[in-house]
Amino acid sequence: MSDAIPEFSRAGDGQKVSLTNLSAFSSGPGIRSGAEVLAILLVAVVVIGGIEASLRLFEVPHYIMPPPSTIAAALVTEFPLILPHLGYTLVELLGGFAIGAVIGLFLAAVITQFPFAEKIVAPYILLLVTTPMLALVPLLILRFGFGYEPRIIAVALAAGPMVMINAATGFRRVDSAKIALARSYGASTLQIFWKIRAPMALPMILVGLMIGAIFGLLTAVGAEMVGGGFGLGNRLTTYSSMIQMPQFFAVVLVLSTLGILIYVLFFLIGKKWASWEA
Amino acid sequence: MNAGHASIPKLAVREATKAYHTASGDLLALDACSIDIQANQIVSIVGPSGCGKTTLLWSMSGLHRLSGGEIALDGAPVTGPRPEIGLVFQEANLLPWRTLDANINFPFEIKGLKPDREWIAHLIARVGLEGFGGKFPRELSGGMQQRAAIVRALSLKPSVLLMDEPFGALDSFTREEMNRLVEEIWLDRPTTIVFITHSIEEAIFLSDRVVVMSPRPGRVAKEYAVPFPRPRSLEIMATREVFDLHNAIKMDIVGARAAQKPAAFRPAATASRGYEP
Repeated sequence: MSDAIPEFSRAGDGQKVSLTNLSAFSSGPGIRSGAEVLAILLVAVVVIGGIEASLRLFEVPHYIMPPPSTIAAALVTEFPLILPHLGYTLVELLGGFAIGAVIGLFLAAVITQFPFAEKIVAPYILLLVTTPMLALVPLLILRFGFGYEPRIIAVALAAGPMVMINAATGFRRVDSAKIALARSYGASTLQIFWKIRAPMALPMILVGLMIGAIFGLLTAVGAEMVGGGFGLGNRLTTYSSMIQMPQFFAVVLVLSTLGILIYVLFFLIGKKWASWEA
Repeated sequence: MNAGHASIPKLAVREATKAYHTASGDLLALDACSIDIQANQIVSIVGPSGCGKTTLLWSMSGLHRLSGGEIALDGAPVTGPRPEIGLVFQEANLLPWRTLDANINFPFEIKGLKPDREWIAHLIARVGLEGFGGKFPRELSGGMQQRAAIVRALSLKPSVLLMDEPFGALDSFTREEMNRLVEEIWLDRPTTIVFITHSIEEAIFLSDRVVVMSPRPGRVAKEYAVPFPRPRSLEIMATREVFDLHNAIKMDIVGARAAQKPAAFRPAATASRGYEP
């Protein structure tokens, strides 16, 4: 009977982690020597130079794909114009992510304490995770106008469920022996939560936060493309409508950098706080 | 430390019965099991796997509730975890996100007490873990992890130490080393120790008494006194008496298993191990 209700993850045996694993934290590319750095730079030069050369050689029109040098030049000259929009996007991302992450973490911590309640809400959570929250943006704009509100709400809706399912997977990793250890010293439920369950869930929480942040960025940019006159997503639609491809790609580059920074941030946090695993 | 009345055993198990409710019906893990353990005795409990040894130990610790019967510490019923009882788990059970020092301080943290620095330093020196305080469990061998777990279990100076197959996962040489360590610790500060093991050799080396349990439902099948002096040297352990005792215990366990009809045999269920909320 319980099989009829979809669960977003199996209650693990304490060690196995489903959905996502921590390889993102542990097996990331670590640079070891000068020779490696040299090789990486060399490949980068060859790849970018190759793109540049072939674009020029085949005379590809700029409105299809501008050469890297033009994009770089556009990034430098347009950066003062792009910068405020980066700020708007960051406000939406950070605001929405903070709201979504706090609610997601709280719900994950609470819901995993009540397996029955978890079974009941699981389908709805699954729905929230799988529905692209971008779909709701037109509705949100209708209701909240063209300001920050619909975007922040969309980001929160996108990030929250991602944080929640991963954190819930973490909180569900009950190691009965460790809980018994705490109980043998008379630990309270709250102590067991903070001293056993939470640290045990931390690696998965970090994975959830990282995925949530990246989904949040995606949703923020998407929402900006749907409506409103500011933000990096809005710049993308503006530049492309004016066929200003170098500027367009400069914004794409800024977005990629933002995504990479998110990844690196959580990679470093994971290395510091969750390296005991794996 | 205090032995209580001479007539009151340190730890008394009376008619302990434990049934688990599983999907496939009730499972009787312990059936009217009775053992008296005197203060500062080391008692080993051996028996075929799935005989309820671990269930019995966890019930002694107050982490399991019995279905029937009673367990009393110094004459008072054990109804929940008690600070006088220290537990050593299978496979160390250290918290992997904490350093060794932080792991050893864990009991004090839970109790809201200041760590007893002097006593902990003494214990760390005794088990030979000086200088490893900042290491994480994964950086240490299984034997060293279990040493740390022993320090943690003794950190609150319990009068009873319950050890649940603590060295089962170690290689035989490390296991012997750990057995000598337990003996040393005991000689240093006598404690009542209940020791669950699969190894008859280990049981004889450590114990004053070896209790043999029957296959499930577990009850006490037989008891042997182990009268050899301590510390038990290799020479003592190589005597004819030890050999005979070893064989007698082995015959009990193997004989009991063979006597079970195959039809009646049920594989060890997961229910007999572990923790129930």
